[in-house]
Amino acid sequence: MRYAETGFNLEIDLTRGNIEKVATDPRETELYLGGLGTNAKLLWDRVSPEADAFSPENLLIFGAGLLCGTPATGCNRTILTTISPQTKLMVFSMMGGFWAPELKYAGYDKVVLRGKSSDLVYIWINNDKVEIRDASHLKGKGAVETAEIIQKELKQPKAQVAAIGMAGENRVYYASIEQGRSSASRGGVGAVMGDKGVKAIVVRGTQDINVAEPAEYLGLCSEVLEYIKYREDHPIPGVMPILAGLGSPQEMKVHDEKWHTENFMWGNSRTRRRDFWTDEIAKDWTETMENSRKRLISCYNCPMKCGATITMPGMPTYMMKCFSKLTYTMAAFSDLNFGLHIAQKATEYGVDAFSTPQVMAFALELLENGILTDADFPGMPEDSEGRFYWLLDKIVRREGIGDILADGTYWAAQRIGQGADVYAHNNIKKTEQLPLKLSMLNPIYFLMYATGEKMNITQIEGQFPQAPFPKLEHREKFVEDWIQVPDDKFKQYFLDWEPRGENSMPFYPTVAMCCDIVDWQEQMHYIDDALGMCAGLSSFPLKPPYHIHNYPKFITSGAGIDMDEEKLTQAAKRYRTLVRAINIRRGMRRSDEKPPEDHWKKRFPELEEQLLDGYYKLKGWNNDGIPTKETLHELGLDYVGDDFVARGILTDNENASAEKS
Amino acid sequence: MKAEKKTKIVKTIRIDVDNCNGCRACEVICSAVHATPKYSSNNPSRSRIRILRDPLRDIYVPVLAGEYTVAECAGRDKYIIDGKEYDECSFCRASCPSREEFKEPDSGLPLKCDMCEGEEDGPMCVKWCLVDALIYEEREEEVDEAESQEELEIGLDALANKFGMQMMMDTVARMSNKG
Repeated sequence: MRYAETGFNLEIDLTRGNIEKVATDPRETELYLGGLGTNAKLLWDRVSPEADAFSPENLLIFGAGLLCGTPATGCNRTILTTISPQTKLMVFSMMGGFWAPELKYAGYDKVVLRGKSSDLVYIWINNDKVEIRDASHLKGKGAVETAEIIQKELKQPKAQVAAIGMAGENRVYYASIEQGRSSASRGGVGAVMGDKGVKAIVVRGTQDINVAEPAEYLGLCSEVLEYIKYREDHPIPGVMPILAGLGSPQEMKVHDEKWHTENFMWGNSRTRRRDFWTDEIAKDWTETMENSRKRLISCYNCPMKCGATITMPGMPTYMMKCFSKLTYTMAAFSDLNFGLHIAQKATEYGVDAFSTPQVMAFALELLENGILTDADFPGMPEDSEGRFYWLLDKIVRREGIGDILADGTYWAAQRIGQGADVYAHNNIKKTEQLPLKLSMLNPIYFLMYATGEKMNITQIEGQFPQAPFPKLEHREKFVEDWIQVPDDKFKQYFLDWEPRGENSMPFYPTVAMCCDIVDWQEQMHYIDDALGMCAGLSSFPLKPPYHIHNYPKFITSGAGIDMDEEKLTQAAKRYRTLVRAINIRRGMRRSDEKPPEDHWKKRFPELEEQLLDGYYKLKGWNNDGIPTKETLHELGLDYVGDDFVARGILTDNENASAEKS
Repeated sequence: MKAEKKTKIVKTIRIDVDNCNGCRACEVICSAVHATPKYSSNNPSRSRIRILRDPLRDIYVPVLAGEYTVAECAGRDKYIIDGKEYDECSFCRASCPSREEFKEPDSGLPLKCDMCEGEEDGPMCVKWCLVDALIYEEREEEVDEAESQEELEIGLDALANKFGMQMMMDTVARMSNKG
């Protein structure tokens, strides 16, 4: 008997219209856990490095995390894995919501799409009955609208729908997959879904998910709930409110946006407005939010209310989460009222709320600077808000200039030429980043930005405070109940970290400490992504209820896999290394691992090199960021090592061919 | 006959639909606590509490399973509350032919909330609802024992009139022998 997981994947070949229920190997679960881990294994095994995002050979994998569908609070994430049209690398975008548990109850751990359908279809999974159905009547419909229509026509109000909007259909490189209050937005997973001709995947499941040791497992779940209550009553003092509690930053709840609006950049990640947040604006924005927010809402089996139902006058209702609240507002130099309005359209179109506003602001900057001209924007309104609506429509339809912009700032700049690449200034690995421009290099963040393969800082940071606390007594207080640390040395790193003087950034934490800190933070995200746990209750906030000390127990009693901290650390390292291997095989190297040049004003090239050297070493990668044969062998990934040698990425006698240069 | 006052404890779950965040933790734990062995599995389709939700219309109604009924209602009403339209069934606790709620998914047998009888901490759905949409309350109610006595007498009277006293007494005697 399989516990926590169902032991079956649903394999759908869209070219031939073939559907198969395939039993999976339990040994793979032990090695790669589930979710991201087993997704990565499928991608390595079945998608050659020559295949691009829109090749029929590319897979689009909807993987439910290993513990999704069990009573573990907040464990509801679907991990989307494919080759990204934007980065040409492996992408693993995630969504919370209700879809992954429903898939488990239907009897599957993953849906694996391959091939392409010539007509637009949707997939209807009702327990053991799976159909590919015509979706021609849904062409051009919004993602939220599509979900409603399908639920009605199937008479299945409880079915969960993951759908794309027009952006996905038209293969916009930053198209999202929307699902109720959640979305998988990064890396263009929606474009791949559209390319495969799939408008939606609809799931309804009414079967059991079993756990191996029921009483122990429920005991662990209850402890987590108790700890959540404790943390709600004891916010962390000395950090800004959105970092004090659990969950995603509580953007739907919090009205005070002084910090974001005055510290994040406006426009095309250019302008800092230090005195923006006045009483008048605070009053105006609070009113806007209060009038449009109908309810704070949650994902499956989670008490954190990170999302909200938003109804703007005269517009259909939609569900919003987190920082999309401000990205459009700030890119357009507008106000919250505009932001909430355009986000409704963007949600229906199905686009990423980080990339999209930046692409539009980038286009307007090119116009201002004469690289693009009025002829490129025929009929565009004069006002900033009108321009954003106009651009959004052109992008999702790939009309005129929109066809170029739909590829994101990096590729658009390549196509436009004439020095446009200077304006595509906020990318890492060809992906638009949060609009942050800071002064002093933060060595921890440098490493996270540079080496992250999730393309989003929020999906690698967490656990360790973002900045030192000014007073020693506050630091001492903070470490008192810091049970989450994997090792007590992290407490000392933090105690000794000062805002100024000898023990301050960029040279403290030291290179070795930074490597440890980043490794820990990344490890927790990778574990979450295999288990399906929301980062908001685990790897993202300070002092979360899930950590390296209780996770092994969850896996042992939940999935029936004998686990301890060491074994879990090794498993996480195994599939983290496999993710890197997939990207190395696709050409990613050290030279790609750099934050935007203007991310910090004060840079330290020598230190940055040392940081990368140190981190690669800790990870068991060579100087070019390639996992060494020795590391691969230790992790049981000899098949990767052999492939690297066969391809000349590594040589038999040396660690890397690249090291010679 | 003299009316006798008796007190009984009524178990109540106060449902605050405004506080519900739609997360369905109540369904998760309900199905787990009623699994055999306890907690060994979970499946919201076996849960004895359901959130009837329609997020885009802001409708979130947790409903606890009540009695089984053989027939559905002849007509359906709609309730408009604060501008939101609710189907009458949204508030109905019955396991009923008109809907899939409160039936075992495999057998179709009706499910009924037992208020987690025997659980130390009371109903588990309440314990797992951290957003205070479900609040457990016990209240004492005084009930008039005599009233039910009177009702019984009226009923027996009617039967005696219809079938005759002897026939009724014979039937009662036969039933008690079986008993």
